[in-house]
Amino acid sequence: MQLDLLPLNRMAVIRTIDWDALPDQEGHRLRALGFEPGVAIEALHKGILMWRDPVAVRVGRMTVALRNNVAAAIDCELSA
Amino acid sequence: MTEMTPLVALVGNPNAGKSALFNALTGARQKIANYPGVTVERKSGRTHFADGRPVEMIDLPGAYSLHPDSLDEAVTRDVVLGNLQGHRRPDALVIVLDAGNLDNHLRFALELIAQGLPTVVALNMIDLAKRDGLQLDSQSLARALGVPVIETVAVRRRGLEPLMVQLEDALKNACPATEPVASSIGAQNQRARDIARSVIISETAGRQWTRRLDSVLLHPVGGVVILLGLLFLMFQAVYGWSEAPIGWIESGFALLSDSIKNAMPDSMLRSFLTDGVIAGVGSVIVFLPQILILFLFILLLEASGYMTRAAFVMDRMMAAVGLSGHSFIPLLSSFACAIPGIMATRTIMDQKERLATILIAPLMTCSARLPVYTVIIGAFIPASNVGPGIGLQGLVLFGLYITGILGAMLAASVIQRFVTQSRTSSFLIEMPRYQWPRASDIALNLWQRAWVFLRRAGTIIFAATIILWALLSFPKAPEGSNISQVEYSVAGRIADGLEPIVRPIGFNHDIALALIPAMAAREVAVSALATVYAIDAADDDAAASSLGPKLAADWSLATALAFLAWFVFAPQCISTIAVTRRETNSWKWPIFMVTYLFALAYAAAGITYWTARSFGL
Repeated sequence: MQLDLLPLNRMAVIRTIDWDALPDQEGHRLRALGFEPGVAIEALHKGILMWRDPVAVRVGRMTVALRNNVAAAIDCELSA
Repeated sequence: MTEMTPLVALVGNPNAGKSALFNALTGARQKIANYPGVTVERKSGRTHFADGRPVEMIDLPGAYSLHPDSLDEAVTRDVVLGNLQGHRRPDALVIVLDAGNLDNHLRFALELIAQGLPTVVALNMIDLAKRDGLQLDSQSLARALGVPVIETVAVRRRGLEPLMVQLEDALKNACPATEPVASSIGAQNQRARDIARSVIISETAGRQWTRRLDSVLLHPVGGVVILLGLLFLMFQAVYGWSEAPIGWIESGFALLSDSIKNAMPDSMLRSFLTDGVIAGVGSVIVFLPQILILFLFILLLEASGYMTRAAFVMDRMMAAVGLSGHSFIPLLSSFACAIPGIMATRTIMDQKERLATILIAPLMTCSARLPVYTVIIGAFIPASNVGPGIGLQGLVLFGLYITGILGAMLAASVIQRFVTQSRTSSFLIEMPRYQWPRASDIALNLWQRAWVFLRRAGTIIFAATIILWALLSFPKAPEGSNISQVEYSVAGRIADGLEPIVRPIGFNHDIALALIPAMAAREVAVSALATVYAIDAADDDAAASSLGPKLAADWSLATALAFLAWFVFAPQCISTIAVTRRETNSWKWPIFMVTYLFALAYAAAGITYWTARSFGL
């Protein structure tokens, strides 16, 4: 399931990241912020009003905000 | 051989509490300058080892790795690697880690340790980590990293002494750290996670304050209301809280001026002191309280961790004009002053977005416009109420802020579309845990801001005022002539040349005259007008009364409104232009900025003037 579609407050794990779909800079910063396959992730908050964009996620012990178009490149699996 | 004072760099991820540790170590003995060749602010300060030998500390910009995504990060890399021209490589590093965020912060730490400099790790905010239910074994972390690890709580000054002892030791033995250079980012990340896991003794769900607060502050509707409320409160406070201190400063200067008048016979020197120095510099210093209140709010928003939430809330709206939430922070700072605002754009990753943000930053109503706005509004807009608790004067001021913001939004979309031709913007940001801002850190920062402002008042504005006073006072109008002193002076003659250009937008001779020195800084327009009217005043009584009534007697309302509209857009600030030149590393962009802003200012003033005239004002 793509990260931008992940239900809020459900534990998940990053399965794959489509690095090619991301601009270099975003990919680089995502790595620097600890986004990698195998890392635990959880969607926490969605953006304002009708946009519901960007999305705030917990990755490791850190909270990161990213836009839906970037989140769409991150494939996650809900933990049981 | 004389020993050089060792240079120690504090380095770490953003939000690791690095600056708090730096403040705790160096206290108020800090120097703010720039790194050679770049405008990244270089904070340095001195501290001492137990035996009294001095150490110089520098606080490097927060970074995620030595592979920079932003200009700030590039400076950190260049300093650590010793590649920054004209800057000495540090003799040792203090790596600051957020104990509550080890798996993320260890990656950068490993990369830094592998550089082979003597290194000490400060395991910072250990108290918050405990509060969040995390038990760490710092000894096992030290073994895994091969460098000393000291638990610190910078804001409570805990762990500072052992940190200095270990640092002295590391420098003395010059024992370089021995972390191998990782073969790949993936391998390094894996190692960071393994180490983090091995040093965590126990992990229980702690009190999740940040998460709970976020569900309110990032609420899809409530979050917007709260942000707008905060901004409203901030601007209310700027005016409400500053009234009393402004009154004190004003009466202080009036007292000073009076005592000089009483103590000295009427002379050139007396005119210089009262009409030039006190009227000029005094009219600017009265705005110190407002500027400090504005900075206080911005510092509190930064230090508490709310600023990135504001960026989150604003991101979508900024995207509508081709920017992102990243631009919101520099633009908000620009309400205090465009210079720190423009410098804060260094954290924007996307270079096109950064450029667009720099180019529109001067449209945010900076505190230097307040003197101009306040004087004109006070003189021309009646202090009546248009509704319960809503004053007309405040409403006009609010309108000026809004005009600036709308102008900026319009300019941003045009610039992103046609100038930088940016297709997309991006928003990707770490949101730190909330923290209670520490009073002494805020006070120190405010003091630094106040000092920068007073230095500006004491140098640029002082010099501009003196030059203007001289230009206005010479040559002396002949005795008994019916030409006024101002008309007869050098400045009056320069203004004669400028007047035909600004006449169509309703500006009179005095305004033309005030606009020239106001190129140095906007607020000089007020001191210039004050000086003009002080010198022109027939007698001392008239000179002693304040500027407002004189303007009200001399200008039409249409002219006053046009003057306000002009200052919403006019790029009259040499420092901003200089900073834009340095930050964009070319003359092209500052010239572009000045041109489009003057064009907007001229058009806005003209439209305002003729619209007002057509209503018979």
